[in-house]
Amino acid sequence: MIRQHLPILQVIIPLLSAPLSVLLHKRWLVWGLTVLASMCAFIISILLLQQVLARGVISYELGGWAAPWGIEYRIDVVNAFVLVIISAIGAIVPLYAARSVEREIAADRISLFYTAYLLCLAGLLGIAATGDAFNVFVFLEISSLSSYILISLGHDRRALTASYQYLVMGTIGATFILIGIGLAYMMTGTLNMMDLARRVPAVADTRTIRAALAFLTVGISLKLALFPLHLWLPNAYAYAPSTVTAFLAATATKVAIYLLLRFLFTIFGAVLSFEEMILHFVLMPLALVAVFSASIVAIFQDNLKRMLAYSSVAQIGYIILGISFVSVTGLTAGILHLFNHALMKGALFMALGCVVYRLGSVRLRDIAGLGRRMPWTFAAIVIGGLSLIGIPLTVGFISKWYLVLAALESQLWWVAVLVLVGSLLAVAYVWRVVEAAFFQPPPRHAAQYQEAPLSLLIPTWILIGANIYFGIDAERTVSIAQRAAEWLLRGPS
Amino acid sequence: MELLGLYNYWIVVFLMMAGFYVVIARGNLVKKIVGLNLFQTSVFILYISMGKVEGGTAPIVEKGITVYSNPLPHVLILTAIVVGVATTALGLALVVRIKEAYGTVEEDEIHRQDESL
Repeated sequence: MIRQHLPILQVIIPLLSAPLSVLLHKRWLVWGLTVLASMCAFIISILLLQQVLARGVISYELGGWAAPWGIEYRIDVVNAFVLVIISAIGAIVPLYAARSVEREIAADRISLFYTAYLLCLAGLLGIAATGDAFNVFVFLEISSLSSYILISLGHDRRALTASYQYLVMGTIGATFILIGIGLAYMMTGTLNMMDLARRVPAVADTRTIRAALAFLTVGISLKLALFPLHLWLPNAYAYAPSTVTAFLAATATKVAIYLLLRFLFTIFGAVLSFEEMILHFVLMPLALVAVFSASIVAIFQDNLKRMLAYSSVAQIGYIILGISFVSVTGLTAGILHLFNHALMKGALFMALGCVVYRLGSVRLRDIAGLGRRMPWTFAAIVIGGLSLIGIPLTVGFISKWYLVLAALESQLWWVAVLVLVGSLLAVAYVWRVVEAAFFQPPPRHAAQYQEAPLSLLIPTWILIGANIYFGIDAERTVSIAQRAAEWLLRGPS
Repeated sequence: MELLGLYNYWIVVFLMMAGFYVVIARGNLVKKIVGLNLFQTSVFILYISMGKVEGGTAPIVEKGITVYSNPLPHVLILTAIVVGVATTALGLALVVRIKEAYGTVEEDEIHRQDESL
C-alpha cells in the first residue's frame, strides 16, 4: 500500500517536516526531526532505485488525476539515480551539521537553519522526482529561495552580498526557465514531460520551440554554473557556512545538470537539441574553457573554500563535456562524474569545515604545518584531492577514464589530451594545500590546535570511504550510469 | 499590420528588457530588486496573454457560452506570482541586512569596503 506512494513520500516528508520544525523550535528536537526526515528520504530513494532497476519506470499520479491533466511523478533510471545521490548527501549532512553549525551560526538561528535545509532538500528532490515541467519551476524556486537563506547565514558579512548576488542571478535563471516552459506550452498545450516529448517533434521546426530550447538551456546553465554563467558560485560557496557549502556543492548543481539532461534529451530529444540546434558545438567549448579557466583561477586562490568552489566550476565543465559527446559512453561519463563529484566535493568541503571548526579560517597561510596536528582532517583532504585529480583507486579515476574513452570513441583525441592536462592543473591546486599542511613549519601556537571532533570526522570519512569504495568497485555505479545514458539517448518511448 | 497584431509580445519584450537593464545597470540594490520584479512581471503577462482565446470569455460556466479563454496559464501564473513575492521579500530582507552590515546599499561602495579588508 505505502509502497506505491513512495515517489511522493520522498518529497513530502522533508516538505512537511519544514513547517513542523518551526513549531518544534527547540534546537535538538529540530535536529532530530531533520535527521529522521532525511534518513526517510534516503531509504525511500534506495527502494525506488531497486524498484526501477527491477521493474522499469514508475509513474505516480498526484491526487489520482491521470496524466497529462494531473501532475505526474515519473521515476526512471536517470532520476532514480539522481535521487539516491541527493538524498544520500542529504542524509549525511545533518549528522555533520550538529556540531558544525553550533560554531558557525548564531544560536537563535540554528532551528531556522534546519527548516531552510529541509525545504532545500525537498525542493531538490522534487525537481528530480517530478514529471511535470511547471512543477519543476516551483520546486526549483523552493530549493533556490531556501539556499539563498542558507548561504546568507554565513558568519562573514560577505555571505550577505554573495547571497544577494545569487538571488539576482538565480531568479533570472529561473525566469528564463519559466519563459522556456511557457513557449513550449504555447506550441504544445501540455506541461507533462512525456506528453511534451510526444508533441514537440510535430512543431519542432517552429521558431517558438527553438526559442524555448534556447531559454531553457541558458536558464538551466545559470543554475548549474556553466562557464561563463558561474559568477555567483565562488562567493556563495566561499562565505556560506561549511555545512551549507558541503550540501549545495554536492547537490544543487547536480540537480540542475539532471534538469539539463531531462530537457535536452527526453523532452526536446537528441535529434532536435544536437542534430538541428547543434548545441554540442556550444557546450563543448564552454565546458573546456570552464575546465581550464576555473582550474587556473583555483591555483591562485588564498581562501581554500574559494579554491574548491572554482574547482567545482571546472568539474562541472567535465560533466558537461561528457554530455556534449552525445554518445552512450560520453553520457555515462557525465552521469558517473555527477555522482562522483558529489562524493568528492561533499567530502572535501566537510573536511574544510573541520578546519574551520578548529581554526575559524581556511586561508592557506593559516593551515601551515597543521597536517600533523590534525592528521585525520588533512588525510581526508589529501584523499579527496587525489580523487579530484583522478588517481586510480578513487572515484575520480573512474569518471576521467570514461571521459577519455568517450573522447577517443568520438575521434576527438585532442579533447582527451585536454582532459589529462586539466587533471594536471588539479594536481597544482591540490599540491598547494598538501605543501602548506605537511611541509611547512607549524606556527608557534600550533600546539593549541587539536584534531576535529569525531562527530565531524565520521561523516567526512563516510564520504571519503565512499570515494574509495566506489573507486575500487565501480561496477554497480557504471552499470547504472550506462543504463541511464542508454535510456536518455533512446528518448521517450 | 502583422507586427502590430502581436502587440502583447512587444509589451512583454519591452518590459522584460527594461527590467533586465535595470538589474544590470543600476548599482542600488533596491533598484535592482525593482528591475528583477519588472523582469518577472513581463513573463507573467506573456503567460496571461497566451491564454486568451479569440472571442472567448472568462472561464466561468454560463448558459449559451461555448468559447472560453484558457484558464490554465492564469493558474500557473498565480503560483509564479507567489514565488515572485517570496523572492522580492527575501531580496529586500537581504538588502536590510546588507544595510546593517555595510551601512550602504550601493554596490560600488560595498565593493570598496570589501576590498579594503
